[in-house]
Amino acid sequence: MSVKEASGIEFSDKLMTFIEEWKSKKGNLVMILHKIQEEFDYIPRQAAIKTAVLLDIPLAKIYGVMTFYNFFKLEKPGKHNIQVCTGTACYLKGGVDLIEELEILLGIGVNTVTDDGIFSIESVRCIGCCGLAPVLLIDGEVFGKLTKDQLPEIVAKFKDK
Amino acid sequence: MAIKTRMDLKKIRADQEAGLVLDNKEEKNIQIIVGKGTCGIAAGAEKIFNTIIEEIEDQKIKNIIVKSAGCMGLCYVEPTIKLIVTGESETIYGNVDQETVRKIIERHVIYGRQVESHIFEKPAADILKEENDDNFDYRQYRIVLRNCGVIDPEKIDEYIVRDGYAALEKVIFQMTPSEVIDEIKASGLRGRGGAGFPTWMKWSFSKSVKSDKKYIICNADEGDPGAYMDRSTLEGDPHSVLEAMAIAGYAIGADEGIIYIRAEYPLAIKKLEIAIAQAREYGLFGRNILGSSFNFDFEIRLGAGAFVCGEETALIKSIEGDRGMPTPKPPFPAIEGLWGKPTIINNVETLANIPVIINKGSSWFAKLGTQKSRGTKVFALTGNINNSGLIEVPMGTTLREIVFDIGGGIPNGKAFKAVQTGGPSGGVLTEDFLDTPIDFDSLVAVGSMMGSGGMIVMDEDDCMVDIAKFYLEFCVEESCGKCAPCRIGTKKIYELLDKISKGKGELSDLQKIKEMGNAMTKASLCGLGQTAPNPVLSVIKAFEEEILEHITDQKCRAGKCKDLVTYTIDKENCIGCTVCARKCPVNCIEGERKVVHKIDQSLCIKCGACFEVCKFDAVIVS
Repeated sequence: MSVKEASGIEFSDKLMTFIEEWKSKKGNLVMILHKIQEEFDYIPRQAAIKTAVLLDIPLAKIYGVMTFYNFFKLEKPGKHNIQVCTGTACYLKGGVDLIEELEILLGIGVNTVTDDGIFSIESVRCIGCCGLAPVLLIDGEVFGKLTKDQLPEIVAKFKDK
Repeated sequence: MAIKTRMDLKKIRADQEAGLVLDNKEEKNIQIIVGKGTCGIAAGAEKIFNTIIEEIEDQKIKNIIVKSAGCMGLCYVEPTIKLIVTGESETIYGNVDQETVRKIIERHVIYGRQVESHIFEKPAADILKEENDDNFDYRQYRIVLRNCGVIDPEKIDEYIVRDGYAALEKVIFQMTPSEVIDEIKASGLRGRGGAGFPTWMKWSFSKSVKSDKKYIICNADEGDPGAYMDRSTLEGDPHSVLEAMAIAGYAIGADEGIIYIRAEYPLAIKKLEIAIAQAREYGLFGRNILGSSFNFDFEIRLGAGAFVCGEETALIKSIEGDRGMPTPKPPFPAIEGLWGKPTIINNVETLANIPVIINKGSSWFAKLGTQKSRGTKVFALTGNINNSGLIEVPMGTTLREIVFDIGGGIPNGKAFKAVQTGGPSGGVLTEDFLDTPIDFDSLVAVGSMMGSGGMIVMDEDDCMVDIAKFYLEFCVEESCGKCAPCRIGTKKIYELLDKISKGKGELSDLQKIKEMGNAMTKASLCGLGQTAPNPVLSVIKAFEEEILEHITDQKCRAGKCKDLVTYTIDKENCIGCTVCARKCPVNCIEGERKVVHKIDQSLCIKCGACFEVCKFDAVIVS
């Protein structure tokens, strides 16, 4: 792998410090990938290449790890990623109906992004707010005890944010 | 200040206690505690907290302390606040909005009159009160959750005052490692993560191995969808888990604790980080704890959303930075675990019991529960139930007590159908088992398992084929793919269930599911694969008739399997209001105003929107 490829992306100082700090620790890869995703909202290919160089490990190993875990994203999500919970309690209370309604509202499917890059839909497993089922999360804000009718208003609220 | 000796710890406890008692008795006789767990915040607890502060400033009320705590367990009426007036019983208010805050301040704080309309008794009212700590008649008994909703998890002093770090002190100075293990053995504590393996036995395996390095891992990767006991414990009382890990470290000779926690739990991670930092600053972790020769410190490692990492060997792989795929046992992690060193992996709830066992003694603990399952169990009670929330009951409590007394029964007058325990590894319990005392062994005997504590209530509108399919789909996604029985078995059983849910099943499919399920149980590498068929096998056992209806009559009695449902319009009842036609997302309902409407079956996607909006019962589901 050439240095040029590895330099296709800029890491913040904070991220570089973190990588330096963890570089010598055993089993650091998952923790470093978390930090990268925190910075970019997903793990860009260029970032994975750069990490391979920095840690001196094969890119294939990074690819293997990041595709194993649900949490890591390989594609850039929308500016507002709508995470709909499909844990058991939310499933029973209509979490899937929320997804279907969002698909109609936004004209996209799960794990895809609207053309303007503003919204994406993701199905997540249990965010631990089962008492408020069904729930969805947008930018960390939780909306609970939802019905389909409330979705247009919620989407509108984030559209111009 | 640093706590260098046992006397320092004692002094903090005494000072704080004196301070709090003074506060309560003289100047500040009222405390308001706001439940700020994840669900509380989601429901607006932060705003409520600020409103309370503003109100008491506006009204210039001086005799009041306002503080934050973890979850109080009343998830269905979040945000919740607790009001304690010295010398009186506590009041828990639920569904609190800003208006309610004003009412509570005006009536309860100023005039001492409760705001009745916001008092929610269940599931909180029957929780044991501390002063009655030997009265075992209470329906709920909080050991694990003893500090949740009581202390501010970001203030280590509040934990210390409630006997915090007293157990660690006791083991270091008064007990040998073998005595600690004996005490846990006498308590009868079994692992709360699912299988119920005796905790002491795991510890003694590791203790007996000579090694330069050993690890204590806390498994906080709560992956069971529909369960949040561990998250609430960590958010509300992180120190109890940390203290327990240090005690375990002392018992087996480990000096490093690793908390493996879901990245999806940011608040719990934050509380843990604060707790570790505060305890380190005090000198309670690190080198020469309390002036002894015992060293112990922590590291937090994040999970990344893989259910299989609940399996011990997979969890270790994940901490080692690899794909979280299990390895064959033996060697067991207790002998050869993380980086090949002896490693104890205990679940959050198991650990939270330990300081109490050490402080109060194993005989006290063993008084609770059943012969073979001692102590309590925390359940996340969710699904179609009135009072969903976090409960802690003695082992041996019946399902009927949980669902109908504590949980308040099924909403909207629907009939109880089943309870699912053990998540994707467990099974369903029907009405016939409502009076079975719940413990590790009784649940296994009836074809389910305790699991980590998710308890999901289902009513007559839930389809059991659909539920079985839901869990299988989960396991298909979460199977790591390493061994064939799990990788192929989950997929094939899912496909058969999918076929049945579409009315295309054959009678022989049931036999095929059973055979494959049994093969998976016997041949899968790890717990995930071995237990993945449980939900479907238990549904076949308990609801065979309902499945057969799907196969032979192409009928789904709950109306959940969309392919088996048709929506038609009743000519008598339809007044031609066009509401359904306007709501239909695929425009398949014809009809003008005041003319009976008609659904084009070839276009209908069976979303049920027309059924929901019709006010005249003119849309019929069949």
